[in-house]
Amino acid sequence: MKSLGSIRRDFAPWNDPSAKPYIQFDSVTKKFGDFTAVNNLSLTIFEREFFALLGASGCGKSTLLRMLAGFEEPTSGRILLDGQDLRGIPPYRRPVNMMFQSYALFPHMTVENNIAFGLKQEGMPKSDIEKRVAEMLKLVKLEQFAKRKPHQLSGGQRQRVALARSVAKRPKVLLLDEPLGALDKKLREETQFELMDLQQELGLTFVVVTHDQEEAMTMADRIAIMDKGEVMQVATPAEVYEAPASRFVAHFVGNVNMFEGKVAERAANTTRITGATGAQIVVENSTESKAGSDIVFAIRPEKIKVSSKKPTDAVNALEGEVYDVAYLGDMTVYHIRLDDGQIIRASALNAARVTEDPLTWNDRAWVSFRPDAGVVLAR
Amino acid sequence: MNSWSRFNVTSIVLGFAFLYLPIVLLIVFSFNESKLVTVWGGFSTKWYVSLFHNQGLMDATWVTARVGVISATVATVLGTLAALTLTRYTRFRGRVLFSGMVFAPLVMPEVITGLSLLLLFVAVGLDRGFLTVTLAHITLTMCFVAVVVQSRLVSFDRSLEEAAMDLGATPAKTFFQITLPVILPAIVSGWMLAFTLSLDDLVIASFTSGPGATTLPMKIYSQVRLGVTPEINAACTILIAVVAVGVIVASIANKRREVQRQLDERAAQRG
Repeated sequence: MKSLGSIRRDFAPWNDPSAKPYIQFDSVTKKFGDFTAVNNLSLTIFEREFFALLGASGCGKSTLLRMLAGFEEPTSGRILLDGQDLRGIPPYRRPVNMMFQSYALFPHMTVENNIAFGLKQEGMPKSDIEKRVAEMLKLVKLEQFAKRKPHQLSGGQRQRVALARSVAKRPKVLLLDEPLGALDKKLREETQFELMDLQQELGLTFVVVTHDQEEAMTMADRIAIMDKGEVMQVATPAEVYEAPASRFVAHFVGNVNMFEGKVAERAANTTRITGATGAQIVVENSTESKAGSDIVFAIRPEKIKVSSKKPTDAVNALEGEVYDVAYLGDMTVYHIRLDDGQIIRASALNAARVTEDPLTWNDRAWVSFRPDAGVVLAR
Repeated sequence: MNSWSRFNVTSIVLGFAFLYLPIVLLIVFSFNESKLVTVWGGFSTKWYVSLFHNQGLMDATWVTARVGVISATVATVLGTLAALTLTRYTRFRGRVLFSGMVFAPLVMPEVITGLSLLLLFVAVGLDRGFLTVTLAHITLTMCFVAVVVQSRLVSFDRSLEEAAMDLGATPAKTFFQITLPVILPAIVSGWMLAFTLSLDDLVIASFTSGPGATTLPMKIYSQVRLGVTPEINAACTILIAVVAVGVIVASIANKRREVQRQLDERAAQRG
């Protein structure tokens, strides 16, 4: 069976029309004075989903999270959690917990008191609190650090205390605001997988806010790409990458080449596009590709093959010159200036250590790609 | 590098002499055997003994201590509330006016503060005495507390409070369990500042005090007008000692905490 991307997802309630939504944003708008942070936004999140809100700073993703936590009230619209309207419910009565970007650990309390804080507010019996705290410390592997104060911990340890504290109450939903933002790259990658394991283990619904697309792609079941208070696309990481809904999404996630052009001719399965600079491209049919319409053809660099001779079997082959080459270890990135002037970015995986006849600056080169290698988007 | 150049040494000596010569003289003469203030007659501690038998001075000390503690405590509560309002509610109408009015007494000449308070107390028919001095000192010191606490609150991470509420603490519980403990050091230093200000205020106390509520600075001032006695020198030396010990203990405690914190942080970074 064919599918987008290279992984299969068995957990996909969003494709099941009978699945009950767990969190619903229903035409939510949030204004701060004249500034509209969130604009008439509707979104559905399912139980046990790992959901990511991805966007540049100021796109409204954090406001969305804070409205879910109860720190902000929507100007209009409704937010439902498990069927219950959250309007007017203060943060301390909502069954959601949040992990803060700054961790917000209480500096005057030890690690175990930080973790126990929420349980004490609930009025849980003391022996049960002790048991739960021990369990949480074990979960985040901080058993020896129970008596330490936050300032006696490293950044990674603090992050784990914050995590333990926010899941200690077993919330219905865990909100994570840039949970890995303060960690260095290596630790961040490890922690991404730890978070995914934790979510599986506890069976919680996670909503994470991030500006790091790699983080969102790695962890999330689905990603909502946001811009200027609106959702541009909600889809699985593979769909977002391989089938972006708009130019904005295609640009925002990963690298992309764009050919502006017009649909010249539509056949049974394929569409021929005439690029603005004269290049002829044949692509698979899509809803955008009506004859005569102005479109953009978007294609990812790794879907483009670079060769020194004209490929004999390729449907699409364009000639040019090597303008720039960058060797990155795992792959090599080529910038090819086509004869019509457009610069194409192509990347090749360095699957072998030794390359026959490698390309270099100013060599003549051909770029080629399959008809299903890219997507046609509205201009 | 020649850091001990003649110029540097001279500057230090002159500077410190300017600051501390009068105080050193006062301390030295408090141990003078002679009754004449400016003539050295040998070492003695007799003025300290007679000090404790001077009922007037002892009463004044007791009044000062009570006024100081009560006014500093009330001023700390009011000043902290003002600081909270000023940092938390940044968009209410008349905020600029309010903050200006809170901080105006910082630069108001004490004579004016004292006179206006006196007029007020007379107008409302309040007899001058212990109560009026205390009220006046609350007015004087409250804004200093507000400044100290506000500077701490500006750097206070609001997400601590949000985290507490997120974990189920009501706003009141959040304040007492999170906000208050975190800003406590600033509140304590605000209290100490208020207490010290109350302790050494002469002008406002002179306006607002009445019979039976003479503070120590007033007592000392009135005695000096009849001639400086070594007894007064002794009283002042004790005051200096109390303040100096307080400052030194506070700064050592602060330093220790800071060093410990740095050590802890370094240890944490090492893993």
